[in-house]
Amino acid sequence: MSKMNITIDGKNIEVDSNSTILEACKKLNIIIPTLCHLDLHDLKMVNKSASCRICVVEVEGRNNLVTACSTPVADGMVVNTHNIRVMNARKTVLELMLSDHPAECLSCSKGGNCDLQHMAERFGMREIRVTGKSQSTYRKDKTVSIRRNLDKCIMCRRCETMCNEVQSVGALSAINRGFDAVVAPTFEVNLHDSVCTFCGQCVQVCPVGALTETDRSWEVIEALANPRKTVVVETAPAVRVALGEEFGYEPGTNVTGKMVSAFRQLGFDYVFDTNFAADLTIMEEATELLERIKRLKSGEKDVNLPMLTSCCPAWVAFIETQFPELLDIPSSVKSPQQILGIIAKTYFAEKINVDRKDMVVVSVMPCLAKKYEAGIESFKEDGNPDVDIVLSTREFAQLIKLSNIDFNSLENEDFDNPLGESSGAGAIFGTTGGVIEAATRTAVEWITGESLDNVDYKSMRGEEGIRIANLKVKDLEINIGIANGLGSARELLEEIQAGNPRNLHAIEIMACPQGCIDGGGQPYHHGNIDIIKKRKQAIYEVDGKKTIRKSHENPSIQKLYKEYLGEPLGEKSHKLLHREYDKKERV
Amino acid sequence: MVNRQQLLEKYEAEKNRILNRSGDIALGKKEILVCAGTGCMSSKSLKIIENLEKAIKDNGLDIDVHGTGCFGFCGKGPIVKIMPDDTFYSEVSVDDAEKIVSHLAKNEIYEEKLFINPDTKVRATTTNEIPFYNKQVRLALKNCGFVNAESIDDYIGAKGYQALALALEKSPQEIIDIIKESGIRGRGGGGFSTGLKWEFAFKNKADQKYVVCNADEGDPGAFMDRSILEGDPHSVIEAMAICGYAIGASEGYVYIRAEYPVAYDRLVKAIKAAREEGLLGKNILGSSLDFDILIKFGAGAFVCGEETALISSMEGKRGEPTSKPPFPAEKGFWKKPTNVNNVETLANIPQIILNGADWFSKIGTEKSSGTKVFALAGKINNVGLVEVPMGTTLREVIYDIGGGIVDGKKFKAVQTGGPSGGCLTEEDLDTPIDFDSLIQKGSMMGSGGMIVMDEDDCMVSVAKFFLEFTEEESCGKCTPCRIGTKRLLEVLVEITEGRGNMKHIEELRRLCTVIKETSLCGLGQSAPNPILSTLEKFENEYIEHIKKKKCRAHSCNDLIQYLIDVNECVGCTACKKVCPTSCISGEVKKIHSINQENCIKCGACKSTCRFNAIVVR
Repeated sequence: MSKMNITIDGKNIEVDSNSTILEACKKLNIIIPTLCHLDLHDLKMVNKSASCRICVVEVEGRNNLVTACSTPVADGMVVNTHNIRVMNARKTVLELMLSDHPAECLSCSKGGNCDLQHMAERFGMREIRVTGKSQSTYRKDKTVSIRRNLDKCIMCRRCETMCNEVQSVGALSAINRGFDAVVAPTFEVNLHDSVCTFCGQCVQVCPVGALTETDRSWEVIEALANPRKTVVVETAPAVRVALGEEFGYEPGTNVTGKMVSAFRQLGFDYVFDTNFAADLTIMEEATELLERIKRLKSGEKDVNLPMLTSCCPAWVAFIETQFPELLDIPSSVKSPQQILGIIAKTYFAEKINVDRKDMVVVSVMPCLAKKYEAGIESFKEDGNPDVDIVLSTREFAQLIKLSNIDFNSLENEDFDNPLGESSGAGAIFGTTGGVIEAATRTAVEWITGESLDNVDYKSMRGEEGIRIANLKVKDLEINIGIANGLGSARELLEEIQAGNPRNLHAIEIMACPQGCIDGGGQPYHHGNIDIIKKRKQAIYEVDGKKTIRKSHENPSIQKLYKEYLGEPLGEKSHKLLHREYDKKERV
Repeated sequence: MVNRQQLLEKYEAEKNRILNRSGDIALGKKEILVCAGTGCMSSKSLKIIENLEKAIKDNGLDIDVHGTGCFGFCGKGPIVKIMPDDTFYSEVSVDDAEKIVSHLAKNEIYEEKLFINPDTKVRATTTNEIPFYNKQVRLALKNCGFVNAESIDDYIGAKGYQALALALEKSPQEIIDIIKESGIRGRGGGGFSTGLKWEFAFKNKADQKYVVCNADEGDPGAFMDRSILEGDPHSVIEAMAICGYAIGASEGYVYIRAEYPVAYDRLVKAIKAAREEGLLGKNILGSSLDFDILIKFGAGAFVCGEETALISSMEGKRGEPTSKPPFPAEKGFWKKPTNVNNVETLANIPQIILNGADWFSKIGTEKSSGTKVFALAGKINNVGLVEVPMGTTLREVIYDIGGGIVDGKKFKAVQTGGPSGGCLTEEDLDTPIDFDSLIQKGSMMGSGGMIVMDEDDCMVSVAKFFLEFTEEESCGKCTPCRIGTKRLLEVLVEITEGRGNMKHIEELRRLCTVIKETSLCGLGQSAPNPILSTLEKFENEYIEHIKKKKCRAHSCNDLIQYLIDVNECVGCTACKKVCPTSCISGEVKKIHSINQENCIKCGACKSTCRFNAIVVR
């Protein structure tokens, strides 16, 4: 890489020739304000629309100001980042933006987390000199998962880049011209009628309140206040390693104990662990995989392989809308959220002698698609859903604050049994590679009949969008694919359509880049990818500290099969734990 | 056609026919040329052709009738010319066809439809006697008005494709050097050196490169490019092939707006004919050049004239610009090196190759060589398309060619550069028209719109008109253009509707400066120009609107009143009868009055009154 010398605010620096002015400024600790710019390089996403123009700087010799985020350095370039011309331009650009932004910060769900609000603070904006009509004519659009407030859209296009370039979903793009331009689905249909998978990555990167989750936390308060209801809560593995960030903990702090304690303080009758359901998922999924491989070994043609994991609802929505011809290959096992819901409302409800209609299952998830999943008709009995209310990690944190709980001072507590006991295998469901590693731990033992000493399948861990692990178990070769991010999923699915050249037997797919730890319902990372890495590390620490690290060794799981379900893939298991897929036609 | 020799043979066979038609030789055979450009077509010129042909047949004459490209004198269309005599008939109607032919049969001139020189009141018999054409030099429009756009034989007879043949005998670098030395600069607005642009695309190595013709002409009232494509599409095709050879591209695209159906149609026919003659396709004229042209439709967004937005649109994406660098010459269409040139620029290329860089650079001025086509419009007598050498003054264009201001009113300003340009006033009239002088005077060349304004034009309204356009056409990608143009327009509306205050002027200046300096593409960067230039030259009018709530041009409805002059009113009730809101009261032979509350200022009363009793204040 050749080097270039440039001068910024009187300071000289040598930088790589492919750097932008913004990158050069960072090296000099000059913090240029940015809004639309978002560089998630590890997730292979750079939003380089250069559309907000807030990062303009002056380059000597050029007539106009240039955007630091998109302008490459040139040798001998002289840059001024804070003379009056630049400051006036920047301030005016921000004023223009604010003149078309509803001043609803007090009631906006992005309040306190809004990049535009932070920018106004940073600029010391005490008066907005530009006034005029605002874009209030736009309707709001609310799905069960995501809420769009188009009048708050600042056209940064991060969501569009995420949806199209990273996730390859193609639900969002810019429509209309000029002042009326916003990001929306084709033909301005509601998000619900679009190809949206509700992965929520758009919400995760939206700098303002244009895209948020659909908040249902008040319904939880109502349920808790209702004496006739038995309120059960379940929570996913990725929540406990991110929730602490909302209370000032370092990213990657595991706050499981305090979280359980908070649930109790809020008044939940039973605090269960989705990790338990993850163990149950593995029992079914591993059995299903081995059965399919057995059929293949016996020479049967057209075995529906590779088997795809089915824990992630956004991923399921993706295959249902985009690859309906492949719907015979995913595992038919429900997601852990739904499994916990149905087991709570059948097995557990019977045990404590409560009618399922009097039981409310609340689920706290790192995910927005889980809200959509809980509403699917086939996951209801007589209109009563297996999971009643789904909250994101963020909404849950809000609920804790709302209930006057000093999270930091809480004592560590344990989950309730029997749906609270889990193995390390259940814990790693929260990160890319985790589901398939968990399944492998069980499948390998079942194939060999021997106890597995080292359960750490490092070959399945990592950060790349697509990873391949080849296992040799006795005389059996099992080829495993792992995709995280729907763009990577698309690549693997297209490979399968092209004849599965790598002869993959099982593929784990998670819709969000890096898995649930970076889910659409997690605390906002604001572009800091190190946070995601630390959450992942924490997940593996949870697993490592468990004495039981294989799903089939979970005593509560063994007891459940013995008392209630019978065998994996047996009649009752099939009825309660498995599902069917529907082809969905959306635009 | 497999080689240059065959092309020259064909030229020899066709050239006298064409020279006869251009009036350069007289073969004794008469030909009738009828403008078949969109303007004259809308005045039924195709029906005129039909009637002419019928009359010729009825009279048993041997005369050919040709639909040609635009003659330029659009305000006086439809235009019919008799060649080689060069008889020029203007404002011809379908009923005139028979008379033209019957006079022709007797070898007479049909005096009634000759153009009358407004100064001398003398009828002009030939084109040369018409002042409109006197100072024009036609290079880009060279073939417009005498070749039939749908006949490749006509184009070949007019030396067509010889520049391509000549180019193929040179090296790409030699071609680029000729274009550079000619000094030609982009006619689309930017004025960047065409030769340098070609050189950048040439030097960027890639397995595939593209030549793109930008036919997304979008300035309100401009139709230079449309006329070239309608009148002489082969010149553009030939130029694109030359460019393809020079930069190493085998594919060309014409990005044309769907609002140009005639141009599109003729272009498609021309491309087909060129393919059939082997002038597009594989091994053109026996050389190693493979080059073909495809057409991409634009939906008419103004911003798609900006080359990166154009490329986005060509790729099927939303038409919006991207940051430069990378420039299209580096990463353009499908991320391959792409050279984008405007139609008029391309139409000059064959001439430059045929006649040499030196010949071209001697036309025009030192830094702006060649000619420029303008669409002359507004309060000017001769509305139409004019092509003048660079360096011609605005005064020459407006008065000598344009025939001065309508109804002898006072000239106020001329807007060049369309919505990106600015206004020039009386004191700028002797400014030579070239890229740099216009910028220096606070306007710009743009693609060639030229709108003349007189004392009845309100300069605040002029700025508002252009802002309405840019605000509507902003793609909405970047903040300053998306929100800024809206805010500018809102302020102008306040001022023109009588709610302005002096702070507004300050706000306009501040916003204009920031929008110019921070917008992503040329659209936003130039959108404030109409305001800045009118503010500089006509600030007093802004202040009048604000402080006195007065519009001196009487064009801002909210600032004017229609009143009855009690000294003149005879009480005829004519105004009362035409008033659509019945706000005029008064009995016969008694002085009328206008109820201001209900008056919608439509002006119907004023145009009806025969006694000058309605005054506007």
